[in-house]
Parts: sequence; C-alpha cells; structure tokens
Amino acid sequence: MSELATPPDTARDESPAVEQTRGLWVDGWADLRRRPRFWIAAALILVLLLMALAPSLFTSVDPTVGELSRSRQPPGDGAIFGYDLQGRDVYARTIYGAAPSLAVGFLATLGTMVIGSLAGLLAGYSQGWADSLLSRIGEVFAGLPFVLGGIVILTSLNEPGEIVGAQELVFQVVLTIVVLTWPVAMRIMRAAAIETAQQDYVKAARALGAGPFRIVLRHILPNTLAPVLVYGAIQFGVFIGAEATLSFLGIGLRDPVVSWGVMIAEAKDRVQDIPWALFFPAGFLVVTVLAFVMMGDAVRDALDPRGR
Amino acid sequence: MSEPILSVRDLVKHFPITRGVLFRRTIGHVRAVDGVSLDLHPGETLGVVGESGCGKSTLAQVLMRLIPPTGGTATFEGEDLFAKKGAALTAWRRDMQIVLQDPYTSLNPRKTVGDILGEPFDIHPEVAPKGDRRRRVQELLEVVGLNPEHIRRYPHQFSGGQRQRIGIARALALRPKVIVCDEPVSALDVSIQAQVLNLLGDLQREFGLAYLFIAHDLGVVRHLCDRVAVMYLGSIVETGSAEEIYRRASHPYTQALLSSVPVPDPSLRGRREAIRLTGDAPLPSGRSPADPPSGCRFRTRCPKAQPVCAEEPPALEVRASTDHPAACHFAEPPHLVRTE
Repeated sequence: MSELATPPDTARDESPAVEQTRGLWVDGWADLRRRPRFWIAAALILVLLLMALAPSLFTSVDPTVGELSRSRQPPGDGAIFGYDLQGRDVYARTIYGAAPSLAVGFLATLGTMVIGSLAGLLAGYSQGWADSLLSRIGEVFAGLPFVLGGIVILTSLNEPGEIVGAQELVFQVVLTIVVLTWPVAMRIMRAAAIETAQQDYVKAARALGAGPFRIVLRHILPNTLAPVLVYGAIQFGVFIGAEATLSFLGIGLRDPVVSWGVMIAEAKDRVQDIPWALFFPAGFLVVTVLAFVMMGDAVRDALDPRGR
Repeated sequence: MSEPILSVRDLVKHFPITRGVLFRRTIGHVRAVDGVSLDLHPGETLGVVGESGCGKSTLAQVLMRLIPPTGGTATFEGEDLFAKKGAALTAWRRDMQIVLQDPYTSLNPRKTVGDILGEPFDIHPEVAPKGDRRRRVQELLEVVGLNPEHIRRYPHQFSGGQRQRIGIARALALRPKVIVCDEPVSALDVSIQAQVLNLLGDLQREFGLAYLFIAHDLGVVRHLCDRVAVMYLGSIVETGSAEEIYRRASHPYTQALLSSVPVPDPSLRGRREAIRLTGDAPLPSGRSPADPPSGCRFRTRCPKAQPVCAEEPPALEVRASTDHPAACHFAEPPHLVRTE
C-alpha cells in the first residue's frame, strides 16, 4: 500500500474565499433572482394580485350595472374594452373578474398539490397497505368524469335555484376541483417518491440512522418537487377554465358574481357579434396562466443545482 | 487472535416472489443469502468476492440493518445485532457505516457537500457540538483529500473519484469501527480505483478501521484484504487468508475467478492455464436463485463435477488436500503455473 499518488483535487485553485454552507432554498433564491423570466412572471402576478385585491384602483365603474342602450357597443370612448350584451363595461368586469378567478385557480392548485403531494409521499414512501389504500381511493375519484363529478357534488351541495353567496360558491367550486383532481397530483408524486426512495443516498441516510421524517423531508421531497410544481403551474390555468365549465353548466359561479369563467361562458355564443366580450377575459386568462407557468418553470430550474 | 468485532452465523435472507395484484401470494423465494457465516476482527479487512447476483450486496444491507434478515444471527462486539431497536440501534449506527457502490447516486444531488457531511452530526448531535460541525466537516474533507473550502458545492460539481471520497468521508464522520465497502471502486475508472483503494488503506491505518470489503473482482481486493471469502449463489464456497486464497485456491470457482484476473506481465501471458466458466450463474438461465441446483450449487458450471456433486452439498471445511476451508468435494490446490 503506497501513499496517495497525487492529490486528486483538481478544483483546489479555483475559489480563494472560504465558501459558506447554504441550503437548497437559499441557493435557489439566489439563483431565482438572476432569472429575467422570474421577474417578468413576478411582475405580472403582482399586477394581477393588485387587481384582485383592490379592483377600485383600476376602475370606478360598477361591473354589474348594465344599460341596455349601450348593448354591444365596441371598444371606444368611455369603455376601452367595449360593452357586452347587457350593456355592462367589459373592462370593469374583467378587472373585477380577477378576484374570483384567481381565488379559484390559486386555492384549487394549492389544495390539489398539498393533498396530492402528501398522499403521494405517503403512498410512495410507505408502499405496503397505505399505498394500496390511497391508490384505490384515488382511482375512484380519478375515474369520475370531471363534468359529471362536478354536477353531482355541486347539485348535492346546493338546492336548484338556491341563492348562494359569492364566497361560499368560490369555496364550493374549489372543493369540487380539489376532490376530483388530487389523484393526478398524487400519482405524479407517488411515482417520483418511489423512484427517489430507492436511490442510494436514501440508503446511506438510513444507514446513518435517519428517521422517516428526515428522509422524506430532506431527501425525498426536494427531489420530487419539480414534477408536481410543473403540474401545478399548468393546472392553475386549467382550473380557471374548469371554473368556467362549471359556470357554463349553471352550477359554478354565476351572476352577479363576476369571474373570467362567467364572462367567457356568457360571451362564447356571440363571438361573431361581440368578440371583445370574449377576447378580453380570455386574454387575461391566458396571460395569467402564462405568468404562473413561467413562475413554476423558473422555480423548478432554480431548485435544480445541476442547472446552475 | 482477538475477539471478532462482527460475528455472523448462518445468515439467511430470502426474498419472497409474489404473484397477484390484490391478493398477493408467495410462489417461491429467492435465496439471496443462504447460510453465510463470517468473522471480522478489529482493524482487519475481510474481502467478500463473488460475481453479480451472488448476494454480496444483500449481505451488506442485512448487516447494515437496512433490510431485515430471514434467519441467522450476528453479533457486534458481543451484542446481538438483529435485536437492536430504537436508541440502541441509532447508537450502534455510529460504530458501523457503509460506503456505497455508485458515487453518482449515493449523494443527494440537491444537497451541498457541507449538508451531506453535516447530516451524520445532525442525526447524532452528541458527536459534535453545533458550533464545531463546520470545522468537523472541513476536517473530513481534508482527511479524504478534498479541498475543505468546497463545502458549498453540489455533488455534480465533482468527478466520480471525488464523489466517492465524499461518500467515504460521510461514512467516516461518526468515527465508526467497521465500514462496509460495497464495491466502492467498481464504478470508477481504473486509474481512480487505485487512488481510492490507497485512501481506504491509509484511513484504515489512521483510524484502526475494520473493513468488510465487497468486490466482484479478486484483483481489486488483493492488496487491501487480510482475509478473503468467496461467495457463490448466496453461500461462501471458500475462505482463507489472502495468501491461501491467492496462492493455493482450492475451490474450482475461486480458481476460475483468479484465472480471470488480468496478468500485468506480458512475458507470463499464456503460461498459466485459463479456466473459463461456461454459462452464467443460474440466475439469468433457466434456473434461478429461487431454485438452485441440487447438491453443490456450482456443479452446473464446474469442470470437476461428478455424480456425487448433484447429491451431496459439500460442507465448507478443511480437507486433506487443503489448508483452509473450501466447499468442494474435490478441493485441491491448483497444479498451474501461478503468476508470481
């Protein structure tokens, strides 16, 4: 046995300063701040949030007041987005529609990801009977068609023709979406967790004496977050669309609540007649979805040290 | 000789083979480890050699208490290893650590080297006071020949050999008495293998470690191991000192393994008899470890096989013709020109 042949550390001369230990999240944030994509997405989301929280900053027009004499007036003087069939200001309605739409999109995404991820982590890490049980339960909900499931849940929550407050309705729509879509997030998380749990670094951590909580939180979760994050960012827009579907069926948000989904549902039969009534809420929806997808993408990349 | 620090008797690990989705039923067992006994003394290196699928890594994982054994006993410093639970198990883990085979999957890609090497101290806070950890981590990096200033780097910023050094540093963090090396160099380039083996040798002398060194290649373990155990299909077929195994191998399987080690001296090439085994270990072919051959497990590939081999499994014992235990009815030293 000879002594070490050569010092193998070729990188020795690169960094003169002693490096500080920092975690994945701190390094990720430092990386995120350098990405223009993140700042564009953050600016868009900030404006949208402002719109949702303080719509009166953007418009002083009441979005629910319609004057039939102004019906179908195109964009121009007084109303830059024009008027809809009922003579209501499309710009004001689009601004006021941000709050319920974002609330549904955000809460439904949050609920789906949190419930789905926890179930997926539990199923993927424990395997065994907890996995079988959760997977079968998930299959029951995933097997239900969304529209049918939505009709069943929302009609059993509310009597037909019953007047429901806007907040309660938003909550019910969120509940419906979460109940019907969490199994998808669970499957994504479960697959990633099963793969990660077999990695050698999990074995090494167990050999060091790490408990299940440490292994799941420190080793499995950071390595399984990326796919769920991307799924959540994409689903954000899909959920706002799902809210529109339920509105269209007359079981989701409805007048006098103003949401982009309600507006799109109302306007889609008159595309040729009053295209601006469809174009503006749909455009805002697209920009919102884009902003969240960009944000999700940037966060995913920032949390992957190999990309730096 | 001193008391063994790790003593294993008749260790068995069977994996059930199950069928069915809803109602799983067991249709057989893979006998990954089937009656292994070995002793590891403080400060020595015991090599466990065998080809892929012979159960070496399963043995390592059972001994590390990563998977439960099916049967058999193991004692660590006289205490029953498989009876340890809770705090006693966690405390024991400080004494026995593992270096894994693949340096590319054994380090969490999303943790910095500082975090990876700090984790042993997080789990066992009594080993180092909190303010002292950073210094301990840097010390570890220095001990394995890495730059202690690189604690903020991520694993992908290191080469394979450097990553394996990090894996060794992690195993070393808690100052264990025994390190199980599960093919620590087989994923590395040959030029790097020597560096890592030398590092392991240096660390052994510095810290008085005992190694259970698992490899599939007798050549690799040659200059590190004091004693060698050769495994075939879950059982040890021959065991002895490095000298006995390398110079007077008496089991035909060991002889075949040795004849596959490349000869570094071209003038000796062709002067020794090559023993080529035909076929695979009964894993990929028709038979499987779930259904090993009757009698001697090696007989299906053995050049010396006789009818008695199919009937009677040979015991691992010293025979008239040999000076160390071998599980073969016809064990005898090779009548070949050896390379040294």
